[in-house]
Amino acid sequence: MKIVVCIKQVPDTAGGVKFNPDGTLDRSAMLAIMNPDDKAGLEAALRLKDEYGAEVTVLTMGLPKADSILREAMAMGADNAILVTDRVLGGADTWATSQTLAGAIRNLDYDMIITGRQAIDGDTAQVGPQLSVHLGLPLVSYTQNLKIEDGYVIAERLFDDRHHVLKVKMPCLLTALSELNEPRYMTPGGIFDAFKAPVTVWGRKDLKDTLDSDLGKVGSPTQIAKASDKVRKGAGTLHVAEDGSEGAEYILAKLKEKFII
Amino acid sequence: MDFKLSQEHLMARDLFRSFAENEVKPLAQEVDEEERFPVETVEKMGKLGFMGIPIPKEYGGQGCDYLTYAICVEELAKVCGTTAVILSAHTSLCQMPILHFGTEAQKQKYLVPLAKGETLGAFGLTEPGAGTDASGQHTKAVLDGDEYVLNGSKVFITNGYYADTYVIFAMTNKDLRSKGISAFIVEKGTPGFTFGTKEKKMGIRGSATYELIFTDCRIPKENLLGKEGQGYAIALDTLNGGRVGIAAQALGLAAGALEVSAAYVKTRKQFGKTLDRFQNTQFTLADMATRTEAARLLVYKSAWEHDTDPKNDGTASSMAKLYAAETASYVTNRAVQLHGGYGYIRDYDVERMMRDAKITEIYEGTSEVQRMVIAHNMLK
Repeated sequence: MKIVVCIKQVPDTAGGVKFNPDGTLDRSAMLAIMNPDDKAGLEAALRLKDEYGAEVTVLTMGLPKADSILREAMAMGADNAILVTDRVLGGADTWATSQTLAGAIRNLDYDMIITGRQAIDGDTAQVGPQLSVHLGLPLVSYTQNLKIEDGYVIAERLFDDRHHVLKVKMPCLLTALSELNEPRYMTPGGIFDAFKAPVTVWGRKDLKDTLDSDLGKVGSPTQIAKASDKVRKGAGTLHVAEDGSEGAEYILAKLKEKFII
Repeated sequence: MDFKLSQEHLMARDLFRSFAENEVKPLAQEVDEEERFPVETVEKMGKLGFMGIPIPKEYGGQGCDYLTYAICVEELAKVCGTTAVILSAHTSLCQMPILHFGTEAQKQKYLVPLAKGETLGAFGLTEPGAGTDASGQHTKAVLDGDEYVLNGSKVFITNGYYADTYVIFAMTNKDLRSKGISAFIVEKGTPGFTFGTKEKKMGIRGSATYELIFTDCRIPKENLLGKEGQGYAIALDTLNGGRVGIAAQALGLAAGALEVSAAYVKTRKQFGKTLDRFQNTQFTLADMATRTEAARLLVYKSAWEHDTDPKNDGTASSMAKLYAAETASYVTNRAVQLHGGYGYIRDYDVERMMRDAKITEIYEGTSEVQRMVIAHNMLK
């Protein structure tokens, strides 16, 4: 079984988000880490490798410094690493990013592609699903507890309060959540081996069946006008209703108070 | 000259740091308070390869350098002195002599499971009457047919009882004094090998420190480590490497206390301002930080020398151990002072760190022994 895991280097938001004066993220002021959902996806792939045997390839598009998350992934147990980097790919939105990744993946043999649900810098959750469309693959998002049965993946798809169990034929694309599992630690020897291992570096010319008009800033239909930190939700109030109609009246009154209705 | 750690070492440091924060720190206080050997942490470290960092891969280890091992001990000690010394004694004192002096069969039988973390190691040199003067061994080993018969006892043995494999020193020829000492590999469970008192200690209270007792304990002849009479040289070689480990432990204790203190003084208010606004606090922290960094340079240099010049005369590791240990005691003492009354309370980490630090000036060669080694090498 061959699994491709798409991973992204993102600024670590744990220590707070920093912005440039123009409203864009100040990436240089923040530590760069492997996106948590992607790391969960990698862990899911490595567990399949442990249980069924698999060759795990990690793929990222980014600046040359994204090499470090590829090394980290190999130190955790990934077998191969590919970095797609090229000036013409810069400024990509989700569309251009998924087109780039699709162009890279078309060069590979695979049974399964795993991406993270979303990256903590953009929070769009679009790249995984778009990638499945470009490659014509069935998609199961928000998955956990993956199992393999006769060429099918059995996956639990999470909802807020329940999960569905889905059976999907390979090849397919799955998205993973950081809540899905506890990613394993690297091993000390694995780190040193990872820095000795080759990382395949691809540029624009290596992307298969991809149009220039779908890549980089030129190929990005969306532009970020302004970025801001998440507005935190207020604490809210708890009202225990006497009965259903009193509760409904209370809600209606609140909605009127806020000029919502 | 470049004082930067390589990318590999930086990533390894991140790994050790995150393991220490997530898996070791939450247990540090409990392990100390209850004098409990952290079996579960040792098992986790074994699975991740931490128990065999500088051991070549062909013997089940990680194939990393001694610097990586020292960084691991440092990061563990930043949050828990106990966990750091368990790993250090296992690695430096048990595995390294087997790696350096063992036969291929001994390495396959003992080193491989030790490096994989499947078994735990310990080292028995010290006796009630043979501490700093290790040549005054009373434990005897007499060859009888195909077996050596061991009689005597060892004290203050780190990882005692919990360890499966022990490197034990005993006299095979009393007349030759230090040249009559030999080293042996002894398995836990060998008839005649029992455990005496478990010591109640000031610090590193989670590490098991036991007396080992040998009463007509028969071990196979092939468990002689090195040659007969080579024991003292094996002990000195082992302790030279072990000092790097203990120096790294001391460094970690200092660095941990410094980190905790720097955070604390920003929150504690007296006379209407936080403590970090007082020049006394700033000067104290500056001294603590400077000494800690100086200790780090000595520790890393001694680890580097261990890798690049295995036949070194031991000056670097003695300097590292001497300075880092005294720094650990100084910095943790100042850390308690900066915490005021709270620093004396067992709920605060610095109280434990100060107790843990003291032993680094004593075990694996006291500070006095380190000064003897340094001066001896200077003046010979």
